[in-house]
Amino acid sequence: MSTGYRSPSFLRDSWRIARKDLRIEFRTRSGFLSASVFALLSVAIFRFSWDPTAVRSLDLAPGVLWVIFTFSGLLGLNRSFGVEHADRAMDALLASPVSREAIFAGKALGNLVFVLGVQALALPTVALFFGLPLGPGWLAVVAVAVLAAIGLVAVGTLFSAIASNTRLAEMLLPMLALPFFVPVLIPAAQATAAMLAERPLADAVPWLKILGAFDIVFVAACTVAFPFTLEE
Amino acid sequence: MTTASRVAPTPSAVPALPAVDWLLAGSLLAVVGVVVRALLYTPADAALGDVQRIFYVHVPSAILGMYVACTVMAICGGLYLWLKDQRLDRIAEASAEVGFVFLTVVLVTGSIWGKSSWGTYWAWEPRLTSALFLWFVVLSYLVLRDALENPETKARLSAVLGVLALLLVPFIHMTVYLFRGLHPEPIVLKPSKPSLSPEMLSTFLLAIVAFSLLFFALIRVRYQWAAARDARLALEQA
Amino acid sequence: MSATSDALVAHGVSRRFGPRTVVREVSLALADGDCLALFGPNGAGKTTLLRLLGGLLRPHGGTVTLHGHTLPGDADTRRLLGVVSHKSMLYDALTVRENVTFAAECQGVRDVRSAVDRVLDLLLVRDREHQPVRALSRGLQQRVSVARALVHGPRLVLCDEPYTGLDDVGARALTGALRALKAAGATVVLITHNLSEGLELATHAAIMRDGRFVHEAGRPTDGFDLPSFAAHYRALIAGGE
Repeated sequence: MSTGYRSPSFLRDSWRIARKDLRIEFRTRSGFLSASVFALLSVAIFRFSWDPTAVRSLDLAPGVLWVIFTFSGLLGLNRSFGVEHADRAMDALLASPVSREAIFAGKALGNLVFVLGVQALALPTVALFFGLPLGPGWLAVVAVAVLAAIGLVAVGTLFSAIASNTRLAEMLLPMLALPFFVPVLIPAAQATAAMLAERPLADAVPWLKILGAFDIVFVAACTVAFPFTLEE
Repeated sequence: MTTASRVAPTPSAVPALPAVDWLLAGSLLAVVGVVVRALLYTPADAALGDVQRIFYVHVPSAILGMYVACTVMAICGGLYLWLKDQRLDRIAEASAEVGFVFLTVVLVTGSIWGKSSWGTYWAWEPRLTSALFLWFVVLSYLVLRDALENPETKARLSAVLGVLALLLVPFIHMTVYLFRGLHPEPIVLKPSKPSLSPEMLSTFLLAIVAFSLLFFALIRVRYQWAAARDARLALEQA
Repeated sequence: MSATSDALVAHGVSRRFGPRTVVREVSLALADGDCLALFGPNGAGKTTLLRLLGGLLRPHGGTVTLHGHTLPGDADTRRLLGVVSHKSMLYDALTVRENVTFAAECQGVRDVRSAVDRVLDLLLVRDREHQPVRALSRGLQQRVSVARALVHGPRLVLCDEPYTGLDDVGARALTGALRALKAAGATVVLITHNLSEGLELATHAAIMRDGRFVHEAGRPTDGFDLPSFAAHYRALIAGGE
């Protein structure tokens, strides 16, 4: 029956959906701009309210960094299903051979690029404003940022799908997602602090293990759970 | 799987709720009895003093609110996604609300106990912190249900949240334990379980039984209330 | 009772919305090339029935089969569907061509470029292919939406008030496209409030109210008597509500 057609492919379909979302984001730019501006403003505000004599920058900066990542990430995640619901484009996707898991993976991948993009702006800004030392620890910090972004995006994309069924989607998303972000936020901040202070890597390893386990468990769980968020 | 969903047949009339639910009344009496026993008849722990008695309320509430309620929510949610039986959703709903109350009790009693043991109403102690985040999760579960109108959507989406919440619990525990391990506070933080003398042990066991009875009685009443509400809606809109 | 040539068969299909039954035990059988026009007041359950017929919703009672496959089906069965509604189902920041190409690729069309060319020509929107959808009028957007729905050559086309917002040119293009599809053997189910537009293509017609068919006409029962159907329709719509 599908001789004249190509079979659906998870990788190809999710990549196409991610590319489509990124293309839309690139054309409209409003989501990325507001998330980035939010991040940079927050860094500035935290910097202003910081008393360097009371707290060392290395003690404060990791927490600031991760709080900003989380909230600017949430800003970005809110838009991910908005574009599908606006003109019910999602209905067309659901009526096509594309699998529900591929839809989730595509959306999550697009969100991941978005979140990493905001992180790429926020990280250097925090380093600059808080006068953080630029040492070899930074490569490890970037790795932590990527690991944490994966966890944030998996959970955030799923809850974005859930919240988009309600009228208060923008308010409900943070409420649903934040408790789930705790096992990402705290390990990431702790690991970042250890790396910036150039403590031995062994200090950061237990935190990285939690992050890694969270990513594996929740990427799988959210992919499996996503089809249940769709009406059927 | 057949295309017909297996749904509890809604009764043709709204079931009348009894004026007095004997299980609930009985369990309330049991709880009052245990509290009286704890206050008047059980010796206080020598080291921790009178406030330690709050342990008889705090620990059973923690076990029921944190472990039992959340497990029930998650299992009923998972089963609902598989079987699509509305009754499972009612159990999950009841469990969430009752669990929320018990979790609040855990936080309040933990705080009071903490004030007397540690001098502060709050500290990042593992069980208390886990209870706090679980409290937030159950709250968001209830808010989500409230934000959805269609009963099928409500049941389905909150079931997803319930299952994911159960997956979250071990991660919260791990994170908090690791955090505590690296940041010990100067005072001894873990409210040590008092070494239980036989009378304390028996009061403790009685407390567990009494609170469990109360927990299940409350869920049963809440479930019946939900069934009556659903039946009334069915009649109005049939 | 369903003949082997039946493309779309529904047996006693029901669906609830909470405690309310929205579609009550509807049955129908359509062959290749048939078109069912579905009329009725708002809230009658037409949209829900349409989604049930496409396997986009699972029936709470009864069955739906499309070309022998029980719905909701697998990926290959979904490819048989084309869905058009009054919502455009487009991404308004993308161009006409990008939207239709995306749909074609999701459907697994092999020669995407020529399929997109063909359908854009059919709906007379080729000249706007590089404009973002957001810049188009509602009528043009709807035509692009139809192009999106038909680019993969569906066997079952579900239309939920597709003529909404269409100008004359667009309406004629849509009717032409549906007629061509019917001739090629596709089955069409069309919800509309417009009697003449609906009946122009229809081989079957039904009026739905409170989840049921309250009047039906067409093969194989009594042949299609247009005036009598129109009279029934006016009576039910005028007298009801």
